[in-house]
Amino acid sequence: MLSAWNNIKLRNAMLQIIYVGGFVAVIATLIVMGRTNLQAQGIISGFDFLWKSTGWDVNFSLIDFSARDPYWLVLVVGILNTLFLGTIGLVLATVIGVIIGMARTTENDLARLLGAIYVEVFRNIPLIVQVFFWYAIVTRFPGPRQAINLADSFFLSSRGLYGPGLNITGLSAFLGIVAFLAGLGVIIWISAAQRFRRMDPARKTRLRWLILLGAFIVSLVIFWIGRIPDTSLVSMPALKGLNFRGGIRISTELSAMAISIAIYGGAYIAEIVRGGFNSVGRGQIEAAKSVGLTKWQVFSRVRFPLALRAMLPILTNQYVWLIKATTMGIAIGFADFFMVVSTAINQSGQTLELLGILMGGFLVINFSLAAILNRINRAIALKGNQLRS
Amino acid sequence: MAMTGEMGRPGLLATLREKYFSSLGNAALSIICFSILALIVWKFFDWAILSAVFSAANGPEACKATDGACWAVIDARWRLILFGLYPHEEHWRSALACGVVVVMTVLSCLPYFWNGRSISVIWIGGFLAFYFLMKGGILGMPVVDEQSWGGLSLTVFIFVTTVLVGTPLSILLALLRRSELPWISALTGIVIDSVRSLPLLTILFAFAVVLPFLLPDWASGDKLYRAIFGSALFFAAYQAEIIRGGMQGVPTGQEEAAKSLGIRYRHRIQRILLPQAFKNALPATINQFVITFKETSLFIIIGFFEILASGNAAYGTGNWTFAFVEVYAFIAMIYFVFVFSLSRYGAFLERRMDVGDH
Repeated sequence: MLSAWNNIKLRNAMLQIIYVGGFVAVIATLIVMGRTNLQAQGIISGFDFLWKSTGWDVNFSLIDFSARDPYWLVLVVGILNTLFLGTIGLVLATVIGVIIGMARTTENDLARLLGAIYVEVFRNIPLIVQVFFWYAIVTRFPGPRQAINLADSFFLSSRGLYGPGLNITGLSAFLGIVAFLAGLGVIIWISAAQRFRRMDPARKTRLRWLILLGAFIVSLVIFWIGRIPDTSLVSMPALKGLNFRGGIRISTELSAMAISIAIYGGAYIAEIVRGGFNSVGRGQIEAAKSVGLTKWQVFSRVRFPLALRAMLPILTNQYVWLIKATTMGIAIGFADFFMVVSTAINQSGQTLELLGILMGGFLVINFSLAAILNRINRAIALKGNQLRS
Repeated sequence: MAMTGEMGRPGLLATLREKYFSSLGNAALSIICFSILALIVWKFFDWAILSAVFSAANGPEACKATDGACWAVIDARWRLILFGLYPHEEHWRSALACGVVVVMTVLSCLPYFWNGRSISVIWIGGFLAFYFLMKGGILGMPVVDEQSWGGLSLTVFIFVTTVLVGTPLSILLALLRRSELPWISALTGIVIDSVRSLPLLTILFAFAVVLPFLLPDWASGDKLYRAIFGSALFFAAYQAEIIRGGMQGVPTGQEEAAKSLGIRYRHRIQRILLPQAFKNALPATINQFVITFKETSLFIIIGFFEILASGNAAYGTGNWTFAFVEVYAFIAMIYFVFVFSLSRYGAFLERRMDVGDH
């Protein structure tokens, strides 16, 4: 036995078997114990429950959902809500972050001070404190009857923000926006990718306009297909009785979450933007100035492209973090993926399966986001002797 | 300097003009920023100090008469926010315990104590002092169960325990991940990456709420410690990558030299690799501590009475319901003081180490 331990190959093999085997054994024991425990409570394991109807409703959904619909649909609702909140949050946070980050890289002391105050205040207070704070603010607006009226089309009330909307189903609105964004993505791809480098510039411009028009028409068609019959296309919110009817309602939960993620994420993204711009060497900018580029050209052709390449890898991590932060919606009752799954666990008792779906869902969302951003990162990375047109 | 030398120092007006009004755009930016700054400073000063009500002596009614901040709610409820449901006459213990942790943190920021033994002694000693002060049962202090802990001291307890459990775990994970044995490093890598790609909340939820359904009663333990273990696992997954990054900064030649001298694995790790890895990883480690401290606030969601929950209770009951802004401002300020000073210290270290390297 001792001689076997001294044989280094054998020892290494044994160590690995013990480690991997031990890990698998612990996980397997947990699952088996969990199953017997759950069976004792009368819960049959398996994924059959996904086709049963839930019997409970969610407070916010992009697609039609009622308590009679099955469990798999409620999970889809949760994922869509997470992606919806994540998209709004990321876009707003990026806008705020770019503005504040740019302010922190200007020559103007006052702008830099303002940016620094913003970043230090909002970055150093936990996100969840900010979520509670904004939720308390938005739920304390006056009731619908005394709602704050902005130009007769937007109403701020304790039930949420009401605005003019289209009489279309949530799903087709979502698909239409996705189609339009996909069109924009193709346009960016055509502008940036190596494959289209040799294309005639005039043809390229024409192609881009055509795609933009096409995307616009496709999304309009999707909106048109999804419109709710026997109603006008545009609907305005109007006070009827104790509440508003018509228009779209942005719930207090959604707006509190979006505001907090935008403000908190904006502070972090501002620092990333600042770091990116600071990483561009002084020599590059001086060289650009000395060959006679204008201020705007120095920015758009030298500083920004170089800064973007420095920012993107860190930005990827920040985006993934912000998507994960949407789970805090459960604190104020926003029906995101996590909240939907935890309610489902409470209601159905299918603990192991739902936990697996929850973790798998987040792994898929985060890995795909990271994969897309890494792909972009590789595509725009500076190559050895790349000549820019 | 050479140019202004002959003309003397430029006057105040000239400096101002050059700095803030050099062009039309710059002038506009200056004016806008100055107005925003002035507005914020004035509004804040007026709200927080000039028109504020500080004393709870006149009750909530005094606050409703003014537009300013109602600090009276803090005056009336600060014990609830800081100490939660801890017995009233024992509050000094909770305060002293938090003081111990502050001293412990300050001590570990001094380079004098930067070696494995001192840091371990400080943290384990500090933790034990904290724990026995809070729990009691010795030196004639009555026992106070974990269920009645709350407020700031619970937040601090979660943080310190997470770090104490998570740090050894993170070193272990980092070493396993850089193991030369392919199966061990691959499996550890999968575990670390999976934990990192999950939201902390789902891990806390799994450990605190779901685990008792799966485990028999004797194995599930107290909810608080289960949740802390989940939080420590999450911390360790991130910290392991930071330490691994620090290890990669140690030249491989050192390890090869140590091997060729016949130094044992344990000593190679303990005396050569880890000290340098920790030094390399120090700024990122402090950053991770800052994030972990902020994330203790998530414990409110799985039902613990930490400082945010006690704050919600402070304005949620009775006749203070209108004064939520002040309560959140107070909690935000407590977090800000801890987090800002730690992150400033981290930034200072980073600069200092940058200077040292060149």
